[in-house]
Amino acid sequence: MTSNETYNDDVVRLFLLAATVWGVIGMAVGVLVAAQLAWPALNFDIPWLTFSRLRPDHTLGVIFGFGGSALMGTCYYVVQRTGHTRLALEKLAKFTFWGWQLACVLAAVTVPLGITQSKEYAEPEWFVDILITIVWVAFGAVFFATLAKRRIKHIYVANWYYGAFIIAVALLHVVNNLALPATLTKSYPIYSGVVDAMVQWWYGHNAVAFFLTAGFLGMMYYFVPRQAQQPLWSYRFSIVNFWALISIYMWAGPHHLLYSSLPDWVQSVGSVFSLVLLMPSLGSAANGLMTFNGSWDKVRTDPAVKFMVVALVFYAASTFEGSMLSIKSLNSLSHNTDWTVAHVHSGAIGWVAMITIGSLYAMAPRALGRPQMYSIRAMNVHFWMHAAGLLLYVASMWTAGIVEGLMWRATSPDGTLVYSFLESLIAVKPFYLLRFLGGVLIVAGMGVMAWNMWHTAEHARARLIKAIPIPIPEPPPQYARSTT
Amino acid sequence: MKLQYRHFAAIEKHAGLLGILIAFMVAFGGLAEITPLFMKAHETQPAPGIEPYDPLRLAGRDIYVREGCYACHTQMIRTLRFETQRYGDYSVAGEFVYDRPFQWGSKRTGPDLARVGGKYSDEWHRLHLLNPRAVVPESNMPAYPWLADALVDAKDVQARMRALKRLGDPYDDAEIEGAIEALEGKTELDALVAYLQGLGTQGERQ
Repeated sequence: MTSNETYNDDVVRLFLLAATVWGVIGMAVGVLVAAQLAWPALNFDIPWLTFSRLRPDHTLGVIFGFGGSALMGTCYYVVQRTGHTRLALEKLAKFTFWGWQLACVLAAVTVPLGITQSKEYAEPEWFVDILITIVWVAFGAVFFATLAKRRIKHIYVANWYYGAFIIAVALLHVVNNLALPATLTKSYPIYSGVVDAMVQWWYGHNAVAFFLTAGFLGMMYYFVPRQAQQPLWSYRFSIVNFWALISIYMWAGPHHLLYSSLPDWVQSVGSVFSLVLLMPSLGSAANGLMTFNGSWDKVRTDPAVKFMVVALVFYAASTFEGSMLSIKSLNSLSHNTDWTVAHVHSGAIGWVAMITIGSLYAMAPRALGRPQMYSIRAMNVHFWMHAAGLLLYVASMWTAGIVEGLMWRATSPDGTLVYSFLESLIAVKPFYLLRFLGGVLIVAGMGVMAWNMWHTAEHARARLIKAIPIPIPEPPPQYARSTT
Repeated sequence: MKLQYRHFAAIEKHAGLLGILIAFMVAFGGLAEITPLFMKAHETQPAPGIEPYDPLRLAGRDIYVREGCYACHTQMIRTLRFETQRYGDYSVAGEFVYDRPFQWGSKRTGPDLARVGGKYSDEWHRLHLLNPRAVVPESNMPAYPWLADALVDAKDVQARMRALKRLGDPYDDAEIEGAIEALEGKTELDALVAYLQGLGTQGERQ
């Protein structure tokens, strides 16, 4: 049975477009800065094109532009579907779209002009931070108001993750960006030195936890069962993992500051919690992968499933790696080297980008009123380009990082250091070239996706599609097999 | 099993309760790890010999921040023997109390700079910043030629010093007044070199 009420997919479509555009831009800037490390002449002696000013545009572009747009778009899609209700506060939802895009563009323009706090992943200055806060509160209002008017009594687990993502990111963003503006374009944080470092990495680590993990797990918990056409492997397991993940993650920030001037006990606490974190991380990955039981044949036929499966494998791999790198003795080797870069990118390109791309491929035809994506072949081509680029990137940076770590600590029998710093840079230069090639493959794949999206959206652009009616009354909720 | 599950069912059926519990669970980690640092004196007190940045070095530090040098340079010598051998004494908390924001960094594409002050001449730094490959042919550091042409805006630096004073850094009015004179004719290159040459030279080691 149906009613006159329909899902609001207008905002979802806008975010889908924005995610695709930011994905191409953010990753293209990544390839440029990777090239600058291999060939410094590419800085062109132009201030705003210089590596140090442009690198935040890559990180902000992919995290907040690409990731943020994909998260907000899928969040609006999922909260409507899992609650059998239309989006609440629709004008405010439109505002969150334009507000978020404005914040991302402002950030991408001001940071290369030198208007920056130079706090990693929180570079934009105070006026952009205020805009982000306003948009974020509006986003939370739309989400929770929609949740409040749901027709399905039970809140599906994907929404828990989206909810935690919204609440925690608000907390992190506000606390880390508390600053006193000195002029229109320059502010000083209210924290200094060690305290600033601790606050920043509490933010930085949990931006990974709640932006790049919890949010994308929300995406995973909806789109993986949807695409596998299977109920979640264990609903109860997802509950245990949820509470463990969100409470433990918040403690793990100090593992970014091991052997530093941070008090030793804080370092140890961060290190221990990072190890405990292994359990909910691997649990979530396992829950996602096991959901494909009975549908593994789809890996062959559905490229979206290919993306999702590899994403979950990389989620397990990079969270395992993260816990291992939090052990002090291993961290002494890896910290400050390209191993960190490899670790971040196995998480970002492997887990975050692939679960996003898989989910976008799953959501796009439905939101755009088409039976499937315009070209299945192009999806397959994208998958192989992305996978090859990922392996090339991560393998080259792992190697570079281990080379650097070993050369920096190499000591001759008489107790002197064997290598100068410069020798380690010369040793890893070939790997910078390989990393650049990996990046080129990934961006080219994103270009294929953009082309495919554009063609899939043909009917939507011509306004030929109809809004999807909401099924009412509610069907009996389908939980995991284990709860019955 | 049914009875036990009911405890969770309440959370899973009430959006407000779910939200509050989430906020509660995520608040612990930060509270436990950040608040003690505020209270513990020696983390927020300067080490012997550490003074607030003078106007020229402050201007230089803000240029370091503006250019995003933290992307490739750390300012944190870890408590590891191979680090102290390469870069000097390990860094201590009291050295950073006037650093807003902290610039410890997380990646060394170039070397650590926490104690780079005095290791090279001013002239070397100038040449190196204007064209790194003029002094280190294999370097992949970008050049910053525009620093030599831009003058430091003294009024701007004064506004910054006043903001820092409001945050509790012990600048006195005479020092802020004196910034105009101290920055007379100084380029951004002068300021950045002064900042770099001061790095790690202030503290007295016990």
